[in-house]
Amino acid sequence: MNKNKEQLLNKRYKAEKRFRLYGQGAIFMALLFLTIFIFKIFSTGYSAFQKTWLIVPVTFDAELMMLEQNPSKEDLKDADYYDIALKSMADLDPNANEDQKNELKRMVSYFFEREIKRELLNDPSLIGKTKDVYLTASDDLDQVFKGNYPRDLPEDQRRVTDYQLKIFDQLVELGKVESKFNLSFFTYPDSREAELAGIASSFMGSIFSILVCLMIAFPVAVLAAIYLEEFAPKNRFTDFIEVNINNLAAVPSIVFGLLGLGILLAVFQLPRSTPLVGGITLSLMTLPTIIIACRASLKAVPPSIREAALAMGASKMQTTMHHTVPLSMPGTLSGTIIGLAQALGETAPLILIGMVAFVNTIPGSPLDPAASLPVQIYIWAESAERGFVEKVSACIMVLLGFLIIMNLFAQIIRHKFEKKWS
Amino acid sequence: MKKNGVKMIKINSKNVDVYYGKKQALFNINLDIEENQVTALIGPSGCGKSTFLRCLNRMNDVIDICRVKGQIIINDFDINDKSCDVVRLREKIGMVFQKPNPFPKTIYENISYGPTIHGMAQSKNEMDEIVETSLKKAALWEEVKDRLHEPGTGLSGGQQQRLCIARAISVKPEVILMDEPCSALDPIATAQIEELIDELKKDHTIIIVTHSMAQAARVSQNTGFFHLGELIEHGSTDKIFKNPENKKTQDYITGRFG
Repeated sequence: MNKNKEQLLNKRYKAEKRFRLYGQGAIFMALLFLTIFIFKIFSTGYSAFQKTWLIVPVTFDAELMMLEQNPSKEDLKDADYYDIALKSMADLDPNANEDQKNELKRMVSYFFEREIKRELLNDPSLIGKTKDVYLTASDDLDQVFKGNYPRDLPEDQRRVTDYQLKIFDQLVELGKVESKFNLSFFTYPDSREAELAGIASSFMGSIFSILVCLMIAFPVAVLAAIYLEEFAPKNRFTDFIEVNINNLAAVPSIVFGLLGLGILLAVFQLPRSTPLVGGITLSLMTLPTIIIACRASLKAVPPSIREAALAMGASKMQTTMHHTVPLSMPGTLSGTIIGLAQALGETAPLILIGMVAFVNTIPGSPLDPAASLPVQIYIWAESAERGFVEKVSACIMVLLGFLIIMNLFAQIIRHKFEKKWS
Repeated sequence: MKKNGVKMIKINSKNVDVYYGKKQALFNINLDIEENQVTALIGPSGCGKSTFLRCLNRMNDVIDICRVKGQIIINDFDINDKSCDVVRLREKIGMVFQKPNPFPKTIYENISYGPTIHGMAQSKNEMDEIVETSLKKAALWEEVKDRLHEPGTGLSGGQQQRLCIARAISVKPEVILMDEPCSALDPIATAQIEELIDELKKDHTIIIVTHSMAQAARVSQNTGFFHLGELIEHGSTDKIFKNPENKKTQDYITGRFG
């Protein structure tokens, strides 16, 4: 009998030990996957924050630029920079034939004459002089310099020619190639040219969408939650509404996208591809999340607080507004932020309402066409150029950073403002 | 209290029935509460004494399925009448709950809340005075006067309950209902509250629900004994404890059941 008991006890201890091991194993697996995921993104993405520049001597020849004597600022803006730009690249190899000159031109970014123009506009006294100008390297050479390019492929299988590589290597040796922080990744809108593509338009698009979403979803959701939780009678009708709010939270986001397409764009004729429409669509998605969070935190306010206020002669409205709602705010706010973070990462509904369009301007208001960060990731991931691979990871890093900051904020609000009941 | 030898009746309840959904919780309660006296309601758990107490300031309204029938007359006015304004009623009839439930705000704000919503103070000075007198009446002033702007939830259990009493008397109610105010407190805090109750009855009519018969005997002048939703017996505390008419009362107070 005693021995049996001993065995039973041992068995129970072992079971507990096993259970702990399973739990630790699960956590370990989760951490492992997360580490691999983050490592992969960082290792491919970090190089996007650097950009390669070629330092090329440019002669600002007034004749080639079609400039007259003493040009005004307007003249400088309208001048022709293409020829001097072309010439300065061609001059890198005095012996180049026409084909090679063309190849030389393609070593820098597509809009390289704009960089030369900017230089002159900053300092008009450069006319007639020669100056070393930083020109953005083409995305392929950028990858070559970062060591991401398979140089040993046969020439007909790569976009960079042997001739370009030869000149590039010479420039590297002369110290005429430099890597600098890629500011344009944050300040430029999207571009077909990987070396010029930035996240400014999608970042602003995301911010505007989230703001529109917040301004619509938060007041509606909080009012709905307060009414349902504090004022509405508990009957079949309110039960029905509650069930449907929970259902709404489970509706796939693409359905909301179709709703936005069918109603906001088709019926109300709101401007396509804009953060306004995106924000409204996302707010439909965020609404149930906030309602549920707000109701949960209203429920968590002890009834004794309501009774205390009511017994003091406060009206229902005063009890709710003076006590229950302020006490539920930390939970509501952190639920709202988490709902917004979800909306921030949402792609499908935005694609449907046209925020997937190629936008190469930075939106100044929610009524301008824009992309959003997750959609930008989708657009770049679809692009064939090697230069976009690192941009995808870099954009993911920005999006993740954004989400982590938001969630951190939600945590801080909850911990800092949550009141302890007696 | 007697005026010219006649008992002054503050609350007069007639044929009060209470239902929770289909279940009847109180049966035909007729009980008069004497002014400026302490009335204790005793009885075993679930006998309806708290339900009756909550009828007196219509706190049962909060419970959706609860229905109250009958008349409860306070100052010649039936509080169950449709014309009765609950907010005004609860201003006149304060309540202290079983578990101390201060607002999670400062001590000062806890007291000033009632006077603020009822517009009782015209200036900051007046409010300061209300807070001070309320806390003094609740015998808490000396302990908290230096930390009025600290959270009320930081006080000990007994202090919190006295804070709740101070909050209740801040609006100068005529009646104070107390629902087992000492059941969450230790004996020392209980003794302080009991002393306080004795003091408060000069200005207020007090009705206290208690599980402790010793407490009922100590603090009250009148006692009502409830059992299974019925008021079995009521009268002066002396009589109920020393010379009960009903067998059930006798059994209960001698500890034979309950």
